[in-house]
Amino acid sequence: MIRESTLNAALLILLLAVPLAALLLDEPFIITLATRAVIFAIAGVGLNLALGFGGLVSLGHAAFFGIGGYAMGILAYHAQTFTPIMEWPFVIQGTKAMPVIWLTAVVASAIAALGIGVLSLRTTGIYFIMITLAFGQMLFFFTISWPAYGGEDGLSIYVRNGFAGLNTMDPITFFAICYGLLLAVLWLVSRIARSPFGLALGAARQNEARIQAVGQRPFTLYLVAFTISGAITGLAGALFADLNRFVSPTMFSWQTSGEIMVFVILGGVGRVFGPVAGAAMFIFLEHVLGGLSEFWHIYLGAILLGIVLFARGGLIGLVSGREVADD
Amino acid sequence: MSLLSLRNVTAFYGPSQALFDVSLSLEAGQVLALMGRNGMGKSTTVKVICRLLPNAQGQVAFDGRDLSGLPAFRVARLGIGLVPEGRRCFTNLTVYENLIAVARPGEWTFAKVVELFPALQERRDQNAASLSGGEQQMLAIGRALMTNPRLLILDEATEGLAPVIRQQIWAAIARLKQETGMAILVIDKSLSELGTIADSAVILEKGRSAWSGPFRDLTPELTDRYLGV
Repeated sequence: MIRESTLNAALLILLLAVPLAALLLDEPFIITLATRAVIFAIAGVGLNLALGFGGLVSLGHAAFFGIGGYAMGILAYHAQTFTPIMEWPFVIQGTKAMPVIWLTAVVASAIAALGIGVLSLRTTGIYFIMITLAFGQMLFFFTISWPAYGGEDGLSIYVRNGFAGLNTMDPITFFAICYGLLLAVLWLVSRIARSPFGLALGAARQNEARIQAVGQRPFTLYLVAFTISGAITGLAGALFADLNRFVSPTMFSWQTSGEIMVFVILGGVGRVFGPVAGAAMFIFLEHVLGGLSEFWHIYLGAILLGIVLFARGGLIGLVSGREVADD
Repeated sequence: MSLLSLRNVTAFYGPSQALFDVSLSLEAGQVLALMGRNGMGKSTTVKVICRLLPNAQGQVAFDGRDLSGLPAFRVARLGIGLVPEGRRCFTNLTVYENLIAVARPGEWTFAKVVELFPALQERRDQNAASLSGGEQQMLAIGRALMTNPRLLILDEATEGLAPVIRQQIWAAIARLKQETGMAILVIDKSLSELGTIADSAVILEKGRSAWSGPFRDLTPELTDRYLGV
């Protein structure tokens, strides 16, 4: 067995080594695949905060992924068409500056997560799953019927957004930006997980009555976790839209929520680096199995079943051998 | 004014009435022993105090404030620390994490808790699930202290423990009384140990307050009649 910290470090090194090797071999497609893995990992790390640490099975995280994507799409679209987003009561212009787009995506997703959380966290179990799914689908159908931003066809952004002094159209540069953000998000979530808040969140997941008896309000713990989780997933959405230079209602679909959940389960629920392993494995399987058969999802499903049945600690647990205590 | 007072409290589990007009009061700095045979309503009374079970009638007041309608976490924040029956530590967390997760500002810190229970320092990074029963009990008491309560409630804190561990727990409780002046409500069956720390006692019989008064006034007739000892 390998220590989990060693495994985590190896994972980060591997994720960095693959695109660097692809750069040397002049394989830009591989760099794009690695960038997708990194962005999906960010989305998974976000969901893992709610699902893994708080036990909140959200099937609506595509809502935040999509909000992040559309935050990027709307700002960039208005910047490229030189039209203001709004003129009254004050003028808001579009922008192609990545940091501003990220900030907008994070704030918009956090506000949405706060609103959705306030309503959905009054329910538990299957009702929570259904209500989060319903919010995601509501936004999906809203964007389909939103002609100002492409409706069902989505919205194309011709040139990738900019980051001070960098050529973001260069695949390895954009990968480096996403990788840097993944490191920042991993650092943030590992700090949260070890903080009194994160520990109380884990305790609330285990027993709500018990955590109340020591002065903690489970609803507040869950709501804060859900909001931060949504904000991180929103950031991933903005990056994903920038990678593809395209946003569409698909980002809000329940399949997107399901895929983000697959990254978490595949890698290891409740492990900070679990979604990184899960997203990397997902992209690898998509690429390898997708080359063998167009029905590659069947094989992915079989692997997922195996993980759920025989390796509840996910890929990280399988290799490092330590299961996360449940109760 | 009493720190804690219950007046004519009734409570139900579904349709079954568990408490009938229970009354008691506890002054600041005092230790009250809540006694009775199994199933007489001691733990139910504690649940009502901590608002883990609502009272149907009567009044529960802490420091002059009516606790009716307050959620359990607000009651805990007012200064009531509960050591529940069966320890109930967070088994997915380590000793240190169990304590830090619930910490509230005040004199009780991790350092002070491990000074009271040195065994917890040795087990600092162990999962709570891997601790012995006695260590889990120490952790449960430490966790309640980390909320910096003004009233500590110990529900069967020494039940099922080895005699040497029970002595350590009783010594710690006595130290809490002497050094901190914390009010303590303790449920236990060990009359001899209770006698060394309790100032007053309330005996429950079939969910009713059957007797209350200074602990020293407990006669063998009373303990024989209500406690069967």
